[in-house]
Amino acid sequence: MPDRANGDRPQTRLGVRKTYKLFIGGAFPRSESGRSYPVHSPGGDLLAFAAKASRKDLRDAVVAARGAFAGWSGATAYNRGQVLYRVAELMEGRAAQFAAEVKAAEGLRRGPADAVVAAAIDRWVWYAGWSDKVAQVAGAANPVAGPYFNFSVPEPTGVVAVLAPAESSLLGLVSVLAPAIVTGNTAVVVASEHRPLPSVTLAEVLATSDVPPGVVNVLTGIRAELAPVAAAHMDVNALDVTGAPLGERGALQVAAACNLKRVYADHERWDEPPGTRRLLSPLEIKTVWHPAGI
Amino acid sequence: MSAIEPTQAAPADQDALAWEYAPAPESRDIVTIAPQYGLFIDGEFRPAAEGATFATLNPASEEKLAEVAKAGPADVDAAVTAARHAYDRVWGPMPGAERAKYLYRIARVLQERAREFAVLESLDNGKPIRETRDVDIPLAAAHFFYYAGWADKLEYAGFGLDPRPLGVAGQVIPWNFPLLMAAWKLAPALAAGNTCVLKPAETTPLTALLLAEVCQQVGLPPGVVNVLTGAGETGAAVVTHPDIDKIAFTGSTEVGKQIAAAAAGTSKKVTLELGGKAANVVFDDAPVEQAVEGIVNGIFFNQGHVCCAGSRLLVQESVADIVVERLQRRLTTLRLGDPLDKNTDIGAINSREQLDKITELSAAGDAEGARRWSPPCPLPGRGYWFPPTVFTGVSQSHRIAREEIFGPVLSVLTFRTPEEAVAKANNTPYGLSAGIWTDKGSRILWMAQRLRAGVVWANTYNRFDPASPFGGYQESGYGREGGRHGLAAYLDA
Repeated sequence: MPDRANGDRPQTRLGVRKTYKLFIGGAFPRSESGRSYPVHSPGGDLLAFAAKASRKDLRDAVVAARGAFAGWSGATAYNRGQVLYRVAELMEGRAAQFAAEVKAAEGLRRGPADAVVAAAIDRWVWYAGWSDKVAQVAGAANPVAGPYFNFSVPEPTGVVAVLAPAESSLLGLVSVLAPAIVTGNTAVVVASEHRPLPSVTLAEVLATSDVPPGVVNVLTGIRAELAPVAAAHMDVNALDVTGAPLGERGALQVAAACNLKRVYADHERWDEPPGTRRLLSPLEIKTVWHPAGI
Repeated sequence: MSAIEPTQAAPADQDALAWEYAPAPESRDIVTIAPQYGLFIDGEFRPAAEGATFATLNPASEEKLAEVAKAGPADVDAAVTAARHAYDRVWGPMPGAERAKYLYRIARVLQERAREFAVLESLDNGKPIRETRDVDIPLAAAHFFYYAGWADKLEYAGFGLDPRPLGVAGQVIPWNFPLLMAAWKLAPALAAGNTCVLKPAETTPLTALLLAEVCQQVGLPPGVVNVLTGAGETGAAVVTHPDIDKIAFTGSTEVGKQIAAAAAGTSKKVTLELGGKAANVVFDDAPVEQAVEGIVNGIFFNQGHVCCAGSRLLVQESVADIVVERLQRRLTTLRLGDPLDKNTDIGAINSREQLDKITELSAAGDAEGARRWSPPCPLPGRGYWFPPTVFTGVSQSHRIAREEIFGPVLSVLTFRTPEEAVAKANNTPYGLSAGIWTDKGSRILWMAQRLRAGVVWANTYNRFDPASPFGGYQESGYGREGGRHGLAAYLDA
């Protein structure tokens, strides 16, 4: 120990550590339960304590997501695209921080961690551009046999509960979150249980970009505790079980049948082009008829 | 509240309405109903393995039409095995252009035998011949014709360069549009290259069995389409069969949830077309007579046995009086009776069970304080009948405003502002359809954007077309039937 009484300065500056909190309704609360849990690197080092979200926190997050749905889904597609592109801009500015967190969370070397962050930012940009194109790809003017104008448009299904991938803490997270919200859904994300820290930093990016509060809500905690509550919640419209192991998915799907949630259960590789399957999943097709006449 | 008090007085032009129509019955001689029907498995009709049968009735007379085989687990297994074999050996490998020609053949024979199908449908279902003749049967043929053309164009449908069929589809359909629902299920499935095990509704098996005969007549390879008649347990055995790759169900939300839960943890792909409680929203600037026709068509078409029926009339308060009065006047001109009479507007309720449900829910409307009105409407002495019924003074909490009645019962509610109309229309766990009546184009589009429903009819109602996607939001199910979107339900897309 340096002898501070003699006016000696510490040899290195002591870092200011971050408190990793939940992200609900645009705010960063601790869990209402007061709980936290230690997060370790694959090597066993203590990285931080993360908030351990409770079932109540999840319900609060659904309320926030439902509240944000009308505004976000009602925004113009151009506006949503701009807002999401802005997120990518801010991610770029925090690339070094993301890389350090991904490196620590996933036990990667610096080069691969940088590559993962770059891929995550690029993927976010790719999805941002879909906002004002998806209706043209998934919609239609339908040639019905009668004097009617008839068209179909995709619409967001509502509140989507997303179980983020367990392994890929940033690229995987981005790959499941961006396609859910770009079309106007709002999301409640259950972050990777053992690798949650990059999700909190992404939440900080979302909070300082122009994403309206409640559009994305991020919960860190124990998946087995939170996922069944999300699956059984009557005001959640869709459930992405990507982050749940195969053995847990059946029970989640049974619970999700309570209000006929749309369940997405495909498996993807995050380092491959994502395609449109996931993008088109939390969408409803609305068909509108009107007579044509004079 | 008095704004929409029903008028019990007869309309002023009563004399004009008092004309009697001469009977104009369609001949039932065109169709031959066999005393017994078997299951259609692997291209042949055969009795159920356990020999079980059940009767199908004419709901307009309670006359027994035929005895029909009741498929058990062994029959389900045989049908799935036949379908799997046909998928692996014949239908899957067949070029799309060849599949297309089979579907075109089916469409043509349906057109050629249309009157026969129409009469049989009216006999077995109870719906008026005017509807089977002009809606059910032509649309069924149109569905086969539409999807036939997709069979050799799948790579251009926007589902990737080489979209693959799913395999064997288990399809369970309801009794309200028996042949049309069979066409909605079979046509896209077959076009995409799947093979099918179809389970028609217990009370309306006959047109599906006649369609099976058509499959034979057009030379469809054995096993491509199998028809298993039976009740709920037969349907359950179909959807839970381990060798089914795809489940398509149209029916109640309650059963839909059971199916979703049963398919959990499996690789089965599921589409569900379930219940509804649609709002039909009438604004003060709507042409009243047109709106009234739309209201009538919305709830009294097919005796209200329509999942997308406009069963909640939301009428703007300032015109509620006149809309209800005109509606009542119009309802006094509807003709209820013999489904085979070409002048009949309202046919029979499909079954005793459904009649009991309608009766029970209507009694709940009385008990909860809504006011019931029906036109003077003598009901036939035999068969299952329920008069066109309008409840006014309905609040959102009433059961008749929340639960699907699936009968000729309209609940009238009022609103003042467009925002209130949207809030009330969306205040339901369902989300299948909605109607808008207004002369203002911008308001139509504003409403259409906000109504959480899969089909929005503006200044029209209950229109259907094979090119038009149909299906619900929320607890009205998932997936779409019709159009390019309907193909996705049967492709690995």
